[in-house]
Amino acid sequence: MIQATALTHFYGPNPAIEDVSFGVKRGEILGFLGPNGAGKTTTMRILTGFMPPTRGKVTLDGYDVVEKSLDVRRRVGYLPETVPLYTDMTVTSYLKYMGTLRGMPSRNIKRRIEDVIDVCRLEDYRSSLIAKLSKGFRQRVGIAQAILHEPEVLVLDEPTIGIDPIQVVETRSLIKDLGKQQTVVLSSHILPEVSMICERVLIIHEGHIVAEDTPGNLAERLQGSDQLEVEIGGPTGEVLAELREIEGVASVRHRSLANREVYTVRLLQGADVRDEISRAVVARGWSLLSMQSVGMTLEDIFLRLTTDEEN
Amino acid sequence: MRTVQAVAWKEIQIYFSSPTAYIVGLIFLAMTGVFFARDVVQTSSNPFPEASLSGFFQGATIILILMAPALTMRLLAEEQKLGTIELLLTSPVRDWEVVIGKYLASLTFLLVTVAATAYYVILLVVFADPDPGPMWAGYLGLVLYGATALSIGMLTSTLTSNQIVAAVVALGILLVLYFTDYAAGTLTGLPAAIVQEIGIKSHFDDFDRGVIDTKHVVYYVIVTAFFLFLTVRALESRRWR
Repeated sequence: MIQATALTHFYGPNPAIEDVSFGVKRGEILGFLGPNGAGKTTTMRILTGFMPPTRGKVTLDGYDVVEKSLDVRRRVGYLPETVPLYTDMTVTSYLKYMGTLRGMPSRNIKRRIEDVIDVCRLEDYRSSLIAKLSKGFRQRVGIAQAILHEPEVLVLDEPTIGIDPIQVVETRSLIKDLGKQQTVVLSSHILPEVSMICERVLIIHEGHIVAEDTPGNLAERLQGSDQLEVEIGGPTGEVLAELREIEGVASVRHRSLANREVYTVRLLQGADVRDEISRAVVARGWSLLSMQSVGMTLEDIFLRLTTDEEN
Repeated sequence: MRTVQAVAWKEIQIYFSSPTAYIVGLIFLAMTGVFFARDVVQTSSNPFPEASLSGFFQGATIILILMAPALTMRLLAEEQKLGTIELLLTSPVRDWEVVIGKYLASLTFLLVTVAATAYYVILLVVFADPDPGPMWAGYLGLVLYGATALSIGMLTSTLTSNQIVAAVVALGILLVLYFTDYAAGTLTGLPAAIVQEIGIKSHFDDFDRGVIDTKHVVYYVIVTAFFLFLTVRALESRRWR
């Protein structure tokens, strides 16, 4: 559906993104993940035809974003990060205006306005001035205009930024629903959000794509194996040797934390050795003070990826 | 065409629902009313008044210079300020459609305001016997003149997201074009002729005398088209910045 090849965009002398390539399949929900200033918005703006890339090429449904801009724009619904709306219009008149700009026939506009008002739960606000709406409701109006013309591709830049937690949950489930029929590209700097909504994640940092996978695979790939943190009272050398003996243990590291002896046990994929460890410790007469598994979250991966990139 | 209409209609609605536009229109009518009255009412300084709109037309050329930037300053500067330009330019709308739509809206408001001066004509026809030629020609000239002034305002509104800057720069350009007449007086020969021809006001005076000279019509049409063309270009260049 979308094919981006070696996108580079310069603002002045500095590249906002450099050699960014990716593809999005029809019906997929792709998430762009990265800290602020990583180049997410730039990428979205190029995808939607707001500005052309300095170098590189994007096609959407086979249409070049620069050369066949109008064809592309007809197929895209876009929610910019700042949710720009005409504050002196009412919700319905605004939606009607956007529908006309998108070249929808008037009959369809009427019907679709009812649909999106329903989907975005704006019933009570249809004749309110947009200026009077709260941030959360403006966000809904923003999404409503983006889906109004039933675009094949939905581009959402930070769709849950600045709205309250309940609305965040609602917005996420709305996006997930939309993703059932449409191709969705969204950006976010919130990890749980992306892993919740998206089928595939691109991690972008300082204008480069540093990782690309499903949220699950990404976690697995970086994690490699599970970890246990075990606190054991006993002679360090012997404990280390004993732990390494256990089947399913990949490696063991030891560190002392304020008189606590903590062993970080890396396990082979799928292994569960908690039982063996506790038995071994008890059998040797040591004391097992605590044991917990430490799964690496996407958040850790993200931090790790971005720090790696910096080095 | 439907998109041009949609853009124009939205802006027209905003004009007719915003106090700013009404205040601007009101000032135009009040000021031109004074100019009109001074010209047709017998006073000691004007002992032989004439049943003509010349005073109104001459005064209106100055008021329009102030009014046009006030009408156009919002049109594109605000879109850039609010960021709505991002949605506008990612809709399947060509840049020239946006520019023409917004321009037509400002032109419509101007036409309505100018049409409101028709009661000067009615007064003259009822109480005197005016020469219709200069009146029709003068109105045509005034509309062409106003259309040109608006096109200059369109350009400056596209170049900045600050409405005040847009208005002030447009006002500056219009003042320069208005007073080139005076500048031409200090020159001789070809330079004088060129400067004279550039001026926006020097092309208006024949209309006021009741003469519709194709040369002047062409001047206004070309200058308007030129500034609208630059506006479209300026809007396109936003994408590359």
